[in-house]
Parts: sequence; structure tokens; C-alpha cells
Amino acid sequence: MSHEEIIKGLFDETMVGNAPAVLDLTNKGLAEGMSPDAILFEALIPALEEVGARFERGDYFVPEMLIAGKAMSGALNVLRPLLAQTGAETVGTFLMGTVKGDVHDIGKNLVNIMLEGAGFNVIDIGVQVAPEKFIAAIEEHKPDIVGMSAFLTTTMPMFKVNIHEITKAGIRDNVIIMVGGAPVTQEYADAVGADGYAADASTAVRVAKDLIQKKRALVNA
Amino acid sequence: MHTVLKSATKTVTMGHDQPFVIIGERINPTGRKKFQELLRAGDLSTIEKDVRDQIDGGADVLDVNMGVPLTDEPALLASAIKLVQSLTDAPICIDSSVIEALEAGLEVYEGKALVNSTTGEDDRMEIIMPLIKRHNAALICLPNDETGIPMTSGERIIITEKILRAADKYGISHDDIVIDPLAMPVGAEPDSVKQTLETIHIIRERWGLNMTLGASNISFGLPNRHAINAAFLPAGMSHGLTSAVMDARTPEIVQSVRAADLLLGLDQWGGNWITRFRAQEAAKA
Repeated sequence: MSHEEIIKGLFDETMVGNAPAVLDLTNKGLAEGMSPDAILFEALIPALEEVGARFERGDYFVPEMLIAGKAMSGALNVLRPLLAQTGAETVGTFLMGTVKGDVHDIGKNLVNIMLEGAGFNVIDIGVQVAPEKFIAAIEEHKPDIVGMSAFLTTTMPMFKVNIHEITKAGIRDNVIIMVGGAPVTQEYADAVGADGYAADASTAVRVAKDLIQKKRALVNA
Repeated sequence: MHTVLKSATKTVTMGHDQPFVIIGERINPTGRKKFQELLRAGDLSTIEKDVRDQIDGGADVLDVNMGVPLTDEPALLASAIKLVQSLTDAPICIDSSVIEALEAGLEVYEGKALVNSTTGEDDRMEIIMPLIKRHNAALICLPNDETGIPMTSGERIIITEKILRAADKYGISHDDIVIDPLAMPVGAEPDSVKQTLETIHIIRERWGLNMTLGASNISFGLPNRHAINAAFLPAGMSHGLTSAVMDARTPEIVQSVRAADLLLGLDQWGGNWITRFRAQEAAKA
């Protein structure tokens, strides 16, 4: 198989969520001397971007997005250690958790899959995450973005509590904060002092990339 | 086991020997931006249409949720309940995760309400169950706890046992405990409906409790959701589901429930089925 054929195969098989084929082609590509960078940035990420775009248009549905993401994760498990060796710059590190008092995680997991698919290094710290746990994880992992999820109107106020505690810990400026979940709106995100909000998984990826780019531009300016 | 719900003038009974109880889900601002804005401005007029559409569609009970962020939810929920009770004699399912809002709702409610809901977490049951007892209401209980939403029926049954022990402790009859066997999106987890149906079956066999769930969840993220919801409900009913918080405005879904009532022997000789047919024909004429 030529490199072009492998790239095309990876793209097509990721689009349809064929995990065994994606894993197989990834290994084949590496064996034939392709760089992990090329596999990731020329095939896998464009495929997930296309999945996201189709989802936003209403042409793709949740299960299709999920299996595409899962297919991609399988390949990433192989590529990640290799990418770390080459020192390739990651898109960004995203720390994600459902707030304290809340155990809902379906939406959060969907967002994680799409973020991973976009090349983010996603660190999921689970559900019922208390403010001090967010802070400890920020200090440990130094993420670019912290994502907080809440499914209930009663647990949404934890966004504000978390942001307040993160500010008090003196690390608010180190991170971008994004919030989301079924009852959350842009106005609510603004009111609690978050930097970003998205209504669905695919939009979340777009917003996350934009926010990181803006921040990096600001730092470099 | 009968869960009896009342307004000032009407009684609705949930039971394994009763027709399925349709709880209309529509009076809920989650995901309805315009409705949220109106409610925030104190404008409750949308509710009038939501009540009419759902009652006309075949709802037996109406769920009322006023979970609008950044508002006085207790006051808003109390006003909404008073309004709904002035418009219909259907009993109400008072829906909030804010305990003060449940309390405010129960204060103004006339009759015997269904409250939505508590989880199996000790600190939630400790506060909500005495409230239920004091107001002589019925309570929807979700078999999940602080550790997360259990994906298997076995774990859900263990938490259901815990819920029943708590009900005994607070002197609430098992008739007034309605378990929510947890409906999760099948598009996100292929086995989830199987686990829900199994949970329903075991709870019915072991305790004969009434059960309700948020039926529309099942089809989240999938196309042609109505058809999936319409297929799910009869499956749930045949396992022992006695009610659902659901779309009462889509004839396809309501009809599938009423047809299942007939097929499962809960509408003998088709009395309800035929009466509804005649009413529809008369409305057309």
C-alpha cells in the first residue's frame, strides 16, 4: 500500500468507526515508515473534523460520532508514546470533570472523545469533582483548558464556586475555563465568569481551539 | 401496589393492574431558550399552551419543572403550579432538584402530588422523605447514589433496597414510592435499554412497585426519535413499567402506549381504545 492509500484508508475507516481497520492501518503505516505526525494530522484529525462538521449539520448522529471517536482512540494509544518521543507540539491539554454533587457523564464523555479526536491530550478526572480536586489536578497536569460539566440546575452553581476557588488559589490566569451541560447557556457561562461555553461536543472542540489560539497569540504578542 | 395521585377533583392511579400513566414532560424550560426568557420576565403564558396540548394529546398527569438558572425557582414553581391547577384537573408531578422549590410547590399544591425526585443518596433522602411524609405525597426515587449512575441492573437493585429501607424509616408506604429504573441514551451505550428493562422486571417481581422514567432520554442523539420512543414504551410496559414522563403531544407515541394497554389486558374489551377513537372521529367531523 502506498502512503496515500494508507492515509485515505485511515480517513475513510475512521469516518465509519471501523476500529480494527484503523488500528491495523496505523500499524501498517508505521511499519512502512510513515511518521506518527502524518498519520495523526493528515488522516485521523481531518477525519474527526469531518465527523464533527457532519454532526453539526445534522448529517451524523451520536452513535456515529462515538464509534468514530473510539476508532481514533485505538490508534492514538499506539501513536501517543511515539508522538511524545518526537516532541511534537500537542493541540493542548484539556482537564475535564463533572462538578461536585453531579454524577452525569454521558455528555462529558462525548466531549472528551471529540477533543481527543481533535488531538487534545484529555485528562478526565471523573464525576463529583470538588473544587480542591480541580485545583490539585490543575497544579499536577498544568492544562491549557479546564472543562466543567453540570447536568442539573442545582449543581450548575458549582461552576462559580470552582472558579472562585481557582482564583483564590492564584491559578486562574494559568487556565482557560469552559463550562457546559444540558441546562447551561451562554448567558449563564458569562454570569459565572467562564471563558467559554458550547452547546454540543463538536462545538466544544471548535471553541476550545479558538480559545487556545487566542491565548497563545496574546502570550506571544 | 397502587400509587394514588390527586388534584382537587381528579384521581389518577398507577398500578400493575391499571392503564399506563402518561406524565407530560413539556412544562420544562431545559433547552427551551425562549421559554426561559419569558419565565425570567415573569411571563407564564407559554404554560397555558403546554397544558392544553398535552391534555389534548392524552396526558394523565403533568410534570412541572421551573429549573431556570438565576431565578427564584421556589417562587416560580409555586406560581406555575397554581396556574396549571387553574387550567386542568390533572394531578401534577412537581419536578425540581432544588429542595426549597419542592417545598414551595408542595405548599401550594391542592391534592396529592407526585414529587420528582430523590436519588438514593442519604443526604437527599434525609431531607426529601420527611417532606413527602408531611405533605402526604408520592415520591419518584432514582437508584443512583453519590458514586455515579450504575450501568447494571444489579447495582440499581441494591440502591432500590436502600431507598425502601429509608422509606420505612420515614414511615412512607411503598405505595407512595415510585422507582425510576433509569433510561439512558441507547445511542451512547448499546446495552443501556437492556439493563433498564431488566431493572424494571426485577423490581416488579421482587416488590411490585410502581415505576416511571424519562422516556425521551432513550432516543437522544438519534434520528426519527418518535419511532424509537414509541417502540421503547410498550417494551417497558411488558416488563412492568407503569408510567413515564414522556412526550404526550405526539400521537404516534401516545397511541403506542394505549395500544400496549389493550394488548397487556389493562384496557379490557378495548373500552378506552374505542372511546378515544370515537372522540377523535367526532373531533374531525
